[in-house]
Amino acid sequence: MTDWEVVIGLEIHAQLATKSKIFSGSPTAYGAPPNTQADLVDLAYPGVLPVLNAEAVRMAVKFGLSIGAAVARRSVFARKNYFYPDLPKGYQISQYELPVVKQGRLAVMLDDGSVKTVGITRAHLEEDAGKSLHEGLVHASGIDLNRAGTPLLEIVSEPDMRSAKEAVAYMKKIHTLVRYLEICDGNMQEGSFRCDANVSVRPRGRERFGTRAEIKNLNSFRFVEKAINYEVARQVELLESGGTVVQETRLYDSDKDETRSMRSKEEANDYRYFPDPDLLPVQIDEPFIEAVRATLPELPDEKAARFARDFGLSAYDAGVLSASRELGAYFEAVTARLSAAHAKLAANWVMGELSSALNRDNADIAQSRVAPEQLSGLLARIVDETVSGKIAKEVFEAMWSEGGTADAIIEAKGLKQITDSGAIEGVIDAVIAANPKQLAEYRAGKDKLFGFFVGQVMKATGGKANPAQLNELLKLKLGGGA
Amino acid sequence: MLHTLSIGELGESLSSGRISSVELTRHFLERIERLNPALNALITTTAELALAQASAADLRRAAGERGALLGIPLIHKDIFCTDGVRTSCGSRMLDNFIAPYDATVVSRLKEAGAIMLGKANMDEFAMGSSNETSFYGPVKNPWDTTRVPGGSSGGSAAATAARLAPFATGTDTGGSIRQPAALTGVTGVKPTYGRVSRYGLVAFASSLDQAGVLAHSAADAAEVLKVMAGFDPLDSTSIDAPVPDYPATLGAPLTGLKIGLLQEFFDGLEARNTALIHDALKIYRSLGAQTVEVSLPHLPLSVPTYYVVAPAECSSNLSRFDGVRFGYRCENPADLADLYKRSRGEGFGAEVKRRIMTGTYVLSAGYFDAYYLKAQKVRRLITDDFRAAFGKADLLIGPTTPTPAFSIGAKIDDPVTMYLNDIYTIGANLAGLPGLSLPCGFVEGLPMGLQLIGPHFSEAKLLNAAHRFQEATDWHRLSPRGYE
Repeated sequence: MTDWEVVIGLEIHAQLATKSKIFSGSPTAYGAPPNTQADLVDLAYPGVLPVLNAEAVRMAVKFGLSIGAAVARRSVFARKNYFYPDLPKGYQISQYELPVVKQGRLAVMLDDGSVKTVGITRAHLEEDAGKSLHEGLVHASGIDLNRAGTPLLEIVSEPDMRSAKEAVAYMKKIHTLVRYLEICDGNMQEGSFRCDANVSVRPRGRERFGTRAEIKNLNSFRFVEKAINYEVARQVELLESGGTVVQETRLYDSDKDETRSMRSKEEANDYRYFPDPDLLPVQIDEPFIEAVRATLPELPDEKAARFARDFGLSAYDAGVLSASRELGAYFEAVTARLSAAHAKLAANWVMGELSSALNRDNADIAQSRVAPEQLSGLLARIVDETVSGKIAKEVFEAMWSEGGTADAIIEAKGLKQITDSGAIEGVIDAVIAANPKQLAEYRAGKDKLFGFFVGQVMKATGGKANPAQLNELLKLKLGGGA
Repeated sequence: MLHTLSIGELGESLSSGRISSVELTRHFLERIERLNPALNALITTTAELALAQASAADLRRAAGERGALLGIPLIHKDIFCTDGVRTSCGSRMLDNFIAPYDATVVSRLKEAGAIMLGKANMDEFAMGSSNETSFYGPVKNPWDTTRVPGGSSGGSAAATAARLAPFATGTDTGGSIRQPAALTGVTGVKPTYGRVSRYGLVAFASSLDQAGVLAHSAADAAEVLKVMAGFDPLDSTSIDAPVPDYPATLGAPLTGLKIGLLQEFFDGLEARNTALIHDALKIYRSLGAQTVEVSLPHLPLSVPTYYVVAPAECSSNLSRFDGVRFGYRCENPADLADLYKRSRGEGFGAEVKRRIMTGTYVLSAGYFDAYYLKAQKVRRLITDDFRAAFGKADLLIGPTTPTPAFSIGAKIDDPVTMYLNDIYTIGANLAGLPGLSLPCGFVEGLPMGLQLIGPHFSEAKLLNAAHRFQEATDWHRLSPRGYE
């Protein structure tokens, strides 16, 4: 059996979060009634001309700086010519030979905790096409040009990824980055963030790449992984049965979980790229680059390193908590009200109870029903031993569903921990008295029954007995002391 | 007669109240109605709109407003989008197209109070040198109606020569203002690339297209250009530089002006035509100018270079005419491919198709380097040649065309011979330079043009040089018989 190596490169399309389109003044907001956000430029009326949106250039430069790339002092818009009804001009304005961003790299943490650096060949600006609508129309197709002219940043990676999981990890990292930079809303359902995957296989050890297939328009991390895995299996099966892979464009069908041929290389368009004579080359000077650099936020890797350093978190925890700007800010707001020694506690709660509650409600951090100050209020009660960790979960649930501060909930529900030794002793004595058989067995060496007594005491106190005190006192009593 | 007055004289008549803009407009509308059928210079006449604009201009003047073009009629080449008015570009493809907006050139002239009488015939999508490629039929030259008026702004030129309007707008991609101006005996100005906004001008070849004016004199053209020119944020290639007060700069002495004689322009030129140019040079010398000989060694390559660059850009620019959103759509398309093929096949004429095919070919994989890229390199060499020439001379001078107006039908079936008609004008487009053609005499009763080419943004100098010549000559005052 041949040991096959998988080779993957991704072309990610990130829709830039500009207010207006890249070459016209139309708004870019999603979901408007068809063709209500398309002006004469977007409709490609005779005589109209494109005017470049400077904000899109600024965003592209911001991305370039965040991946340590070279920002081209001069980049050129070119026309990619092909006919399609949702492409009103009959050409797409894109960047071809001279993109605005070249040669960057991104460190990606894999599941096993290792870090892989993925090369980014280029990132270029281009306009999106419109949409063809077929549903609900008989013997006709509809065209919605609201999306036509929406600015895209196409981020092209080197063929550096070696598994579907690596590809997804890289894509997630880019997703995190563009949201950090506030240049893309990252909304994959609305198509704001999507990718094409170039997939090939080769016998391990061979330098030459195998023939690749390009899978178009993948708009979820899960589909990227499944589509790549399907495609790899297809190619391996084909090669092992003596066939050859043909260079082609394929579509992923998520219902059937398979890729299908869309067009072969022979059928591919000759796009006849040439510099767009309606637009001047984009000239970017040093002061502009420095001004953009000054607006860069703390980047995900920098934040993760700081979390690990300042809060003593593991690389994994620091990575999870810096995965989005909002989550990082939430975590920091929680820790701000606690001493640094309890940052690990805050991290566990944010990644544990809070994340579960968010997942359960299918909400993101911005929609959290528990504010950072509420959570830190609760954690403070754990720290000062007013409640145990277990009771704290109950308080958290109450907070999530009904609101209010931890103190108010503890008070109202009488959840304050019992730390009075006398009170605990009294309960222990009663429990021992009620269970003479178990006591005898314990004393005969059946140590496991310790847990039984803990449970009985907790049951009797409604879970409020201080666990450490309980343990200590119970050991003494069961041992026959005091 | 009103139609023989200059823009300045018309302005005085309007200001003094001797005539109103409505009367002036009626006068020209009457001429159009009577004379245009024999010329076919206009595709659309907008009489009602013109009279409404004229009334508004009269009110503005009555309110004390002044302006050289306030109340002055004009004709727009049908390549400029005019809000609410058909903008056909001389093509079946846009025969049903009512533009929903005004081109910047149109809105500027409208704001200045100029009155649109109608839209001028033109070669289809400005592709042609004889006005024979128009879907609306050829335009006749008023000097001899068996002859072409030149193209592509042939309707604008014929209408101006026949005095159907004091002036007309045009566009010049490879000589499309200067060549018809020369063949009809009017003054035509192609400004520097970027001087006048291209917004709203239906694109032929974006890196070469430039809007300009055809008028009865350089002085009139100066008034119009002053209004048309200037930066437009809607056109990324328009240049943000102040616009000189062209009329105010007219009359400066030419003493010491160095006029460069282009060697390459005289190679193979007929003796009678050469003689006219030499007569013109005598006048310039008498006005104090000196002549120097200059050479543009790469100029002979300008026609092949142009016929790679212009079709390449046109093949892409005309892709938007697909039968989907506006313009011509074929009957009962079977499917998408059929819709494209028949809408474009039926909507475009032969010359447009020829250029789309040529342009598609030169941009194709495997041919791009040999044609498009090479043409861009030669274009750079030609531009460098001009730059070197302007180191020796302030202006360059030569004929506008090799011959006077040819007969309708004589060249239409021979594209290469037709293309060679643009040999003297194309260089200025490739280098983005301003050029001007002015009448300098007659050959066999047909007008000939003298061409001036200047460095970038030297329109004031060109207009002044033409104006001083016109002060010393009468060629520009002559009207064809029947149109006096």
